[in-house]
Amino acid sequence: MLNLIAKLGQSTINIIAMLGRSGLMLFGALIGKPQFSKQFPLLVKQFYFVGVQSLSIIIVSGLFIGMVLALQGYFILTTFGAEASLGMLVALALLRELGPVVAGLLFAGRAGSALTAEIGLMKATEQLSSMEMMAIDPLRRIIAPRFWAGFFCMPFLTAIFVAVGILGGVLVGVDWKGIDAGFFWSSIQSNVDWWHDLGNCFIKSFAFAIASTWIALFNGYDCVPTSEGISRATTNTVVYSSLVILGLDFILTALMFSN
Amino acid sequence: MTDTLQQNLVEIHDMSFYRGTRPIYKNMNLTVPKGKVTAIMGPSGIGKTTLLRLIGGQLKPQAGQILFDGEDVPSMTRSRLYEVRKRMSMLFQSGALFTDLSVFDNVAYPLREHLNLPEPVLHNLVLMKLQSVGLRGAANMMPSELSGGMARRAALARAIALDPDLIMFDEPFAGQDPISMGVIVKLIAELNQSLGLTCIVVSHDVNEVLSIADYAYIVAEQHIIAGGTSQELRHNDDLRVKQFLDGLADGPVPFHYPAVDYKLDLSRGVN
Repeated sequence: MLNLIAKLGQSTINIIAMLGRSGLMLFGALIGKPQFSKQFPLLVKQFYFVGVQSLSIIIVSGLFIGMVLALQGYFILTTFGAEASLGMLVALALLRELGPVVAGLLFAGRAGSALTAEIGLMKATEQLSSMEMMAIDPLRRIIAPRFWAGFFCMPFLTAIFVAVGILGGVLVGVDWKGIDAGFFWSSIQSNVDWWHDLGNCFIKSFAFAIASTWIALFNGYDCVPTSEGISRATTNTVVYSSLVILGLDFILTALMFSN
Repeated sequence: MTDTLQQNLVEIHDMSFYRGTRPIYKNMNLTVPKGKVTAIMGPSGIGKTTLLRLIGGQLKPQAGQILFDGEDVPSMTRSRLYEVRKRMSMLFQSGALFTDLSVFDNVAYPLREHLNLPEPVLHNLVLMKLQSVGLRGAANMMPSELSGGMARRAALARAIALDPDLIMFDEPFAGQDPISMGVIVKLIAELNQSLGLTCIVVSHDVNEVLSIADYAYIVAEQHIIAGGTSQELRHNDDLRVKQFLDGLADGPVPFHYPAVDYKLDLSRGVN
């Protein structure tokens, strides 16, 4: 019993220490005098790796999720004769929940794991240490551009995911099932609120971007610099990011949409 | 004291360092004279690389002083530490080249970060550094295309890019063929003689390191067990020193890792 309490205490201390280290990492990366001439090219490069290279998975997933959503929605709505509301159903489901959450999960799986593995390998091959010994702060040169790239790319990826998802809904609802295009689009136009739906979608997206990028970067930076350590860190990134995104989604949804 | 500070670039006084509860160094004392090659030798896993990281300020000791040109490294502020690091450099065992940059860009990296040189000047400076390690022809190659020896030479060119006062070599001969080993020995000696660089060479390749070292230390049991010129060390009567220098399998450092009684261990299996 005493051992169990001791283990629980140790785990709590470890978690608090880990949170402290991750906070210090982010603080060290983001706080300081900006050096635009040196940091901007690094940021552009990371936009490409984090954002552009995630586009294909986002577009394909968005398309299929939109199509499935429309198909399921159509089956249910036709039983009530309400298939004209299919556009609203697809748009609201994507904007409020599926867009930010699924884009976040895909981002964690594609870009997050890549960030962790890259930084972990840089640590294992002593590239981060060599940078420190060259009097170059790896937090500013390695962590900061990747964090900002994740922060700015995720909302864009979410927007693309939602847009492609709606187009997937159009393909199924309008082109396949023959719902009138005017009904489809007007139901979206009249029921989607700029702030309540679109604004909250982006707020969620920014929150998920911060959480998943932070987790990915910290797992790489703090990993045990061995092949097993990097493998574990990469897995942790996907698992922790997914859980945090889903947990945060519930909290944000409760705050945003409950009266 | 002032005289001592002028003569020694690095001084370690009563330094103790622990990893968790495991002591790595206890009351360690060591000096590295300016403009000399100082070797630090010892068995694998004894903490030689850790010592270099302590000198470079990447680790902080629990007690004692580590002076670099008279300034205590562990008590420096972060910004001061980064300033001081411009005057020191480290050649890592793996080379630690940036894998996404060419050899040229690797060498240019610290110059671009710290100096606002016009590109033609920087270009010539990088080529001069690469020429000094014999890799001017490999400027456009990527690190993945280099052999182990070439990668270490490219890393050396990067390490001397900012003309530091001190270079720390972490196992520079490990895993090298005899030719590459000879090239690195020659480069360290040339850098020391022509540029007056202070060098700390951590290695367990006794013959190579003693051939270029002005002074050598042997580390064991959490402190320096012997120090002197190569001749002095060769004539040292300490059994631990003799075992290390002669490469004897058994001695004060036992062949067998500490374990319970052999017969007892075997009888457990029978029972």
